[in-house]
Amino acid sequence: MAEMTYRNAVAQAIIEEMQRDPNVIIMGEDVGRFGGAMAATKGVYERFGPKRVIDTPISEAAIIGAALGAALTGLRPIAEIMFVDFTTCCMDQIANQVAKVRYMLGGQVRVPLVIRTQGGAGKSYAAQHSQNLEAWFAAVPGLRVVMPATPADAKGLLKSAIRSNDPVMVIENKILYGGKGEVPDSNEYLVPIGKAAVVRPGKNVTVVSHSRQLFESLNAANTLAAFGIDCEVIDLKTISPLDMTTILTSLEKTGRLIVVEEGHKSFGVGAEISARIMELGFDLLEAPVVRVASVDTPIPFSPVLEKATIPNSDSIASAIKKMFV
Amino acid sequence: MTISKQQHEHMLRQMLRVRHFEENLYQMYLAKQVPGMSPHLSVGQEAVAVGVCTALEEKDYVLTTHRGHGHVLAKGANMNRMLAEILGKETGYCHGRGGSMHIADVSLNIIGANGIVGGGLPIAVGSALSSVYLNRNAVTVCFFGDAASNIGTFHEALNMAAIWKLPVVWVCENNQYGLSTSITDTLAGASVAGRGSAYGMPGYTIDGNDVLGVYETAVKAVNHARNGNGPSIIEAKTYRWYGHGASDNRSYRTRDEENAWKAKCPILKYTDYLAKNGIVSQTQFDVMEKQAQQEVQDAIKFSNESPLPSPDAVCDYIFSETL
Repeated sequence: MAEMTYRNAVAQAIIEEMQRDPNVIIMGEDVGRFGGAMAATKGVYERFGPKRVIDTPISEAAIIGAALGAALTGLRPIAEIMFVDFTTCCMDQIANQVAKVRYMLGGQVRVPLVIRTQGGAGKSYAAQHSQNLEAWFAAVPGLRVVMPATPADAKGLLKSAIRSNDPVMVIENKILYGGKGEVPDSNEYLVPIGKAAVVRPGKNVTVVSHSRQLFESLNAANTLAAFGIDCEVIDLKTISPLDMTTILTSLEKTGRLIVVEEGHKSFGVGAEISARIMELGFDLLEAPVVRVASVDTPIPFSPVLEKATIPNSDSIASAIKKMFV
Repeated sequence: MTISKQQHEHMLRQMLRVRHFEENLYQMYLAKQVPGMSPHLSVGQEAVAVGVCTALEEKDYVLTTHRGHGHVLAKGANMNRMLAEILGKETGYCHGRGGSMHIADVSLNIIGANGIVGGGLPIAVGSALSSVYLNRNAVTVCFFGDAASNIGTFHEALNMAAIWKLPVVWVCENNQYGLSTSITDTLAGASVAGRGSAYGMPGYTIDGNDVLGVYETAVKAVNHARNGNGPSIIEAKTYRWYGHGASDNRSYRTRDEENAWKAKCPILKYTDYLAKNGIVSQTQFDVMEKQAQQEVQDAIKFSNESPLPSPDAVCDYIFSETL
C-alpha cells in the first residue's frame, strides 16, 4: 500500500497496463508531454513516448472513432475526453459506433476500448464543464460505465477496464483528483466491474451513492450517527451494469433506501435504482425510496448558485432525517 | 498500366455480381420480401466498388456505408450470407442483428458498414493507425458519399489522417444526391477532392463509371499509402440509378437526367471496351452474366431456406464477456 492521489492512481494504472501489454495506447487532447489537462497522465509520455501516448487535435469524434478503429484491429486504446461535457461532440461515435458495432456485426468483433473522461460540479466551471452525464451512457446498451470514488478504485477499476474486451467508460471526478488514499501496489490490483461495495455498515437506512457524492454521503452518515441514525453507505463504483444484489441485500437489513447522486434528478441513476427497487424489492421497503440529486438546471457559475444546485452532506443528512420523522 | 486478362475478367465478373444482386434485391423489395426500410441500392455505381477493391490486398481494411452491398461483394463477401442478413436470417453475416446497412465480413477485413453518414471516417483513422503500429502494412479504404463531406467527422478524420500520415484512401462516391438534395445545393467549393487537398493530401476527381480509371487511380492512391506517404482522396463521379432507397419516387430529378446517366452505364462501358479489345467476347460475357444470375438465385434459395434467429438469443453479441 502507498498513499497517493487519485490522479496519480490513474497514471499508475495506465503505466502498469502499458507496461503489461504493448498494444495498450492512450490518445486524447493534451495527454502527452503536457500530462493531461487534469494531470492524470503525468509521466506516461516520458515512459512510452509519442507512438503510444498520442496527442490529438481537438477532434472528439475522431478521437473516439480512431480509438474504435484501432480497437477493432488489434490495439487496446484508452481514449481520453477532457471533460465529460465534451462527449456531446462525439456522441455518435460513442453511442452509435462503439456501443453497437459488436452487436450490429453479430459478434464478429470485440471492442477492447476504454473511454476515460471526468465530470462533476463544485469548482465553478459553469454549465459546460461541470456535468454528471453517467445516466446518458448507462442508458445505452453496449457500454459499461464505472465511476471510481477513491484512489484505490481509480486504479483498480481503470485496470479492469483496460483489460476488458468490451467498451468501458471510466468517468473520473475533477474534485477527487487531488484527494489522497491508500492504493495497493500490486500490478494485479483489479477492482471488478459491476460490483458495488458497502463502505460503511449500518442498520437503519441504506444510502446508495457514487463518485464524489460518496464522501458527502459518508459525512452525512457521520453527522446522523449522533442522532441515532445508523446509515449503511454503498459505493456503486459501477453505474452500468447496476449491482442490484448488493443494494437489495442492504435494503433487506435496513428497510429504507436513499439514492444520492450529483447528476440531475430527472431520469437519473437514482430514478433507475428506485424503479428497480419497485420491481425487485418493494416488499422490503418500510418507507418510500428517496432521491437526492442536483436541481434540474444547467450548472450555474457563481459559487453560491452552484452550491444551491448540487447535493452536499447537509442536504443529504436532512433528507435522511426526514425519512425517520 | 497493364491489366491482365484475368484481372479484366475478375472485374467484369464482380461488377455483374453487384448489379444482379442489387437488381434482384430491388425486385424482392417490391415483392415485400425484405423487412425494414427500403435497401439502399448502388446500381450504376458498380465501377467504384470494383475498381477500388480490385486494387486491394486481402489484409487491407474496408469501411463501407449504408449503400455498401457493392463494396462488400467486391471485397469478396459471400452472397448467401449477405442476402440472408438482409432478410434477417440467422445464417446472415450478423445473425440478423444488422440488416442491409450493417453487412460486413470481418474475416475479409471489412470492419464496418455504417448507417450514420460520415460515421465510418473516424474509424478508418484507427485501423490505419493500428496498421502502422503493428507493422501490418495494410491500407484502409473508407468509402463515403458526397453528402458525408459536409459532416464534421469528414474534416476531423481527414485532418487526423493527414497529420499522422496514415495509410488511408478516402473514396468519395459522388452520386450527386444526398437523399433528395442535389450536391449543387449543398457543396461549397469546386469538389470533394478539393476539400482533401486543403488537408495537404493528393486528390483525384475521376469518372466513377470507368472501372479502369477507378482501378488505376486506386492503385496509385493505395501505393502512395502503402509506401508511407499518407492519405489520398478519390472523388469518383457516378450516379445512383435508383432513388435513395428502393421506395423513393425520385420526384426531385428528371427522367432525362437519369437516362443520360444510364447511357453511361459502367458495365456497358466496360464490356464495350473489352469487346473492342478482344479481351472478353460476347459469348464469355453471356456465360459470366448467367453465372452471376445463378449465384443470386442460389443466394435467394439459401436465404429463404435459412432459419430465423431465435428470439431467446436477442441479447447475444452485446458484450463479448459476461461479468
